[in-house]
Amino acid sequence: MDAIRAFLAMGGYGAFVWPGYLLALVVLAGLLAVSLKAARAREAELDILQRGRHRAGRRGVSSGE
Amino acid sequence: MHRFANPARFLRIANAALPWLAGVCALSIAAGLWFALVDSPPDYQQGDSVRIMYLHVPAAWMGMFCYTAMAAFSAMALIWKHPLADLLARATAPVGAAFTLLCLVTGSLWGKPMWGTWWAWDARLTSMLILFFLYLGYMALSNAFDDPTRGYRAAAILALVGFVNVPVIKFSVDWWNTLHQPASVMRKGGPAIDPSMLLPLMLMALGFQTYYFVVLILRARAEIAGAKIHTIRMAEVHAAGRGE
Repeated sequence: MDAIRAFLAMGGYGAFVWPGYLLALVVLAGLLAVSLKAARAREAELDILQRGRHRAGRRGVSSGE
Repeated sequence: MHRFANPARFLRIANAALPWLAGVCALSIAAGLWFALVDSPPDYQQGDSVRIMYLHVPAAWMGMFCYTAMAAFSAMALIWKHPLADLLARATAPVGAAFTLLCLVTGSLWGKPMWGTWWAWDARLTSMLILFFLYLGYMALSNAFDDPTRGYRAAAILALVGFVNVPVIKFSVDWWNTLHQPASVMRKGGPAIDPSMLLPLMLMALGFQTYYFVVLILRARAEIAGAKIHTIRMAEVHAAGRGE
């Protein structure tokens, strides 16, 4: 227990060390999550559009190319 | 669709590399955190506050690396009109801004106990703050036009002009009397830092570098899919306009 308390205290610098690491976690994980979500959403949308065009093409409607 | 021939090849290579990059990133950050927070010794002068360095220094390197990459991609976009270059420059900007913000905030958290102040208008600190504003300006400008290509062009020029700030940051500690200490890793005569502290620093730097590539690939994928969606939508609008 004392070891954990000493680790968290960081020799008295805990109030400066931990907010830094916490902010790094929030910023880097946040940017990764937003980027991953955007990539998945756009690729899913493109997939739906391309399938729709494929079907339209087979019906003889212009595919726009 | 030949416009996307290059992006298609890029996507093939990028998607093959993505799991490896993500794996190296996760492992090196996990190992880096272990050595940074647990295994490395406290500094003989700075005590445990030195552990902020393992975030602050790699974040600063990445802030400058990302800006250099963004300027290089912008130059390629302006000179050769390479279709991927603009896209990669834009995908780099938020990562660079995130690392620069981290560098500034961790620097402030380190400055308070060591220098007795959160902030000083010192050459190194001020030039780093300007780097952060350059990233914000780049991102705002690239989205500021109704015709996106005009915005990309303006932003690319800003990225190139702003590149002058990168060597200013690097050499600010040599050119001016600053509160900030001079370089102790990337300097003539090798790093002036103990191996027990260099190891976590390098692991975190590798982790941040691979993190950049992972996010770059994800953001590029989103941009490429977005461009294809736009092309298809425009084609549909034109087809509808012709009454087909």
